[in-house]
Amino acid sequence: MKFDSPATTNPIDRLKVVGKPIDRIDGKLKTTGTAPYAYERNDVAPNAAYGYILGASIAKGRITSLDVSAAKRAPGVIAVVTYQNAGKLAKAKAHTARLLAGPEVQHFDQAVAIVVAETFEQARDASRRIKVRYAATKGAYDLAVAIKTAQKPAPNPDAGADKPDTAVGDFAGAFAKASVQLDETYTTPDQCHAMMEPHATTAAWEGDKLTVWTSNQMIAWAVRDLTETLLIPKENVRVISPYIGGGFGSKLWIRADALAAILGARAAGRPVKVALARTQIFNNTTHRPATIQRIRIGCGPDGRIAAIGHESWSGDLPGGGPETAANQTRLLYAGENRMTAHRLAVLDLPEGNAMRAPGEAPGLMALEIAMDELAEKLKIDPVELRIRNDVQYDPEAGPKRPFSHRDLIGCLRTGAQRFGWDKRSATPGRVRDGRWLVGLGMAAAFRNNISMTSAARVGIDRKGVVTVATDMTDIGTGSYTVIAQTAAEMMGVDVEKVVVLLGDSSFPASSGSGGQWGGNSASSGVYAACVKLREALARKAGFDPATAVFDDGKIRSGNKSATLAELAGDAGLSAEDTIEFEGLDKAYAQSTFGAHFVEAGVDAQTGEIRVRRMGGAFAAGRILNPKSARSQVIGAMTMGVGAALMEEAVVDKRYGCFINHDMAGYEVPVHADIPHQDVVFLDEVDDKSSPLKAKGVGELGICGVGAAVANAVYNACGVRVREYPITLDKILAGWAKV
Amino acid sequence: MDEDFIPVSRRGILAGGVATATIATAPASAQDSPQDRPPPSATTRLKVNGRTMTLTVDTRTTLLDALREHAHLTGAKKGCDHGQCGACTVLVAGRRINSCLTLAAMHDGDEITTIEGLGRPDDLHPLQAAFVAHDSYQCGYCTPGQICSAAGMLAELKAGVPSHVSADLDDPRATADEVRERMSGNICRCGAYSNIIEAISEVGGIKA
Ligand code: FES
Ligand code: FES
Repeated sequence: MKFDSPATTNPIDRLKVVGKPIDRIDGKLKTTGTAPYAYERNDVAPNAAYGYILGASIAKGRITSLDVSAAKRAPGVIAVVTYQNAGKLAKAKAHTARLLAGPEVQHFDQAVAIVVAETFEQARDASRRIKVRYAATKGAYDLAVAIKTAQKPAPNPDAGADKPDTAVGDFAGAFAKASVQLDETYTTPDQCHAMMEPHATTAAWEGDKLTVWTSNQMIAWAVRDLTETLLIPKENVRVISPYIGGGFGSKLWIRADALAAILGARAAGRPVKVALARTQIFNNTTHRPATIQRIRIGCGPDGRIAAIGHESWSGDLPGGGPETAANQTRLLYAGENRMTAHRLAVLDLPEGNAMRAPGEAPGLMALEIAMDELAEKLKIDPVELRIRNDVQYDPEAGPKRPFSHRDLIGCLRTGAQRFGWDKRSATPGRVRDGRWLVGLGMAAAFRNNISMTSAARVGIDRKGVVTVATDMTDIGTGSYTVIAQTAAEMMGVDVEKVVVLLGDSSFPASSGSGGQWGGNSASSGVYAACVKLREALARKAGFDPATAVFDDGKIRSGNKSATLAELAGDAGLSAEDTIEFEGLDKAYAQSTFGAHFVEAGVDAQTGEIRVRRMGGAFAAGRILNPKSARSQVIGAMTMGVGAALMEEAVVDKRYGCFINHDMAGYEVPVHADIPHQDVVFLDEVDDKSSPLKAKGVGELGICGVGAAVANAVYNACGVRVREYPITLDKILAGWAKV
Repeated sequence: MDEDFIPVSRRGILAGGVATATIATAPASAQDSPQDRPPPSATTRLKVNGRTMTLTVDTRTTLLDALREHAHLTGAKKGCDHGQCGACTVLVAGRRINSCLTLAAMHDGDEITTIEGLGRPDDLHPLQAAFVAHDSYQCGYCTPGQICSAAGMLAELKAGVPSHVSADLDDPRATADEVRERMSGNICRCGAYSNIIEAISEVGGIKA
């Protein structure tokens, strides 16, 4: 099915199941510990041996010698694999660095060896008996230094970076002329996904056929990348990933655990499972690259933006890409004269790549402080400033490219009203609650809506049970549930009558989970397959497919009806289709919107920061399941609090690694850091986004929230911190200056 | 190696365990060195979820790995293996413990309750049911640990065990802030905290 014109009325609009806050259908498995994750596949690989990875202890250079003899001799060891005996491997196009080092080392903790043993303890122990000698070469690890040689990156449309630079009108002239100017630089540090389930894979070979049970967001990409890495035909690879303990972008591509398990299994002649140790994840896998961002905004006293410029610098390994932190500035606010630019430096740190809302998350951390600073200069309320600069079309393309639906103003007003924004004192440092200085801050949320081709197969059996199969993944997003709701609505059955099978490359290829495209795209694929199945059932019943009604497990036409179960018969019926999105994303800017509000307390003596209240209003088209959608938003808000106040993968600039590479050193929010979160969705539909009229919501919540925290901290204590994370030492240093 | 680049002696210290691989000192030809002999194992009797099991495992095996890899009770999760995340929380004699931080051999005769022992999909524990109703999870990987921790935590509150945020150390109140404080050893990177507190508060009769 092509989706190339706005959706009209369709069976989803009945909203009998879709749009209802039903409990997740996988909830009972997750809460009882019976959902099988990739390292727990005793059901399919009961004799799996244990693999353990040894990572490189230098960031850049070469392996000069490798001695695995002591490891091979160690008790329980079955095999040791290094580049010397791994066989021919290639780098998949999607990877910047190779998954297995040797002889060249491209980053710290790049996998050097895989030890396979009878037990986990033996494999881990033996990995430490491998003797590796390196010749280290000097690398570049300091972004502040490397930006001096940063280059304009090549366009990379696949990564949402189709144009590194944009310019409209005369930015420089208009900025110079503006009576009110803001020109500030902000920095965001390297951040890590830190999903709770470490990357893990169980791999098994049968002849030349490979099966991998792995924790992965994008099944079709995993097959592709394995095919490219192992140089084997696609038909020989099967990837299975029904449960994923979080990804946030970290599991978009297969990682070293998968290759290690695969090579280990080949060498051992039996299934092997490998999980990355938590301490390996930070340097072995990908991270969100640090940015340095300069923002310039010029306007008159009325606050209407005349010139807006956003430049972002980031670094990556050779062949990598930029963090597209200026992208949202192309679309969020009005202004005749505009420019954005990305520059990319070469850094020899581990591979930088997508983390939840790549681009927008760090970009809005900067832009939305800048707007707060501008509001203060203008003495205009920050909510009002954003309302004044609302724009209903793509401001770079002009009115010919309107937004499909944009209600940022509705989010700002609703959120402000629910939060009690009118009680904010515009002057910082005025509100005191015991030892706490209390402040309110806000920020706009913005994340583009992306749609991806997605296929599904839907069948019905003689009991009237509807089974959906697609290689879509559920990384905590609620895919199982919204897909079940979609199928139930389309086929006119109860949600209990729907079985959803996900995460298997033998199923039709879906959009996968990433870029907040999964929920909308994958359920649209299921919609397309259901339309076909409805047609088949209607024809079998002798009804007109266009007017037949599916309800209560039956199909009706006029006063005639038949049960789906009897039409399916013993043989059952099934249909497969693919949704393909064409044209509407070009004709219309498609984005999701929101407004964050935060109350922060700053200890007047110690500078300790606490988030006391959080709330937000969000507009993302039709909300397929308000319960799971709300969870996506509160989770993203929580991650945004981490980004604002604590998360920083600290670069050891001497040795080229992230030094705080565990969950104790890389701090993320815990229960005590997060208050109750008030989240409301605006009641809206977007007929240009998909047949479901929904949009993505999984990343919107992290966009802007960091700046809302930063602005609340400023409002509380009067110290403007422009280098994230905002920690108490920076507050104390700011006070010392006053 | 660049002379001015890495002072080798410092690197061994700073890069810690990873660098030790480069300086490991296993004797190359010592076929019969103690390191090449099978590691010692210990036989441990655990009473897990009411069932007695006897495990003979490597003495380095953590309680977590004994449960997951030997008893095939994979409900307890390994998030960090270092006592930093709480995903591996189980109850030993009713008290919560990070099972990755304790060796199986140290628990001979102990009664252990894992998530599988609290409830089953067709017979949920009240906390499990409340987690489903309040959508107190997303990916589900921290969830068994959160639930076991909550069960242990509610018992601690009931027994009057104070916490860092108790205003009165002799009489801690069951408040949402107490729950947040006491649950802070259980990280949820999906960020379901707000919903987890609601589920626990409902079961614990605490005003959220
Ligand atoms: S796995 Fe035990 S605390 Fe993280
Ligand atoms: S539900 Fe994913 S970490 Fe808590």
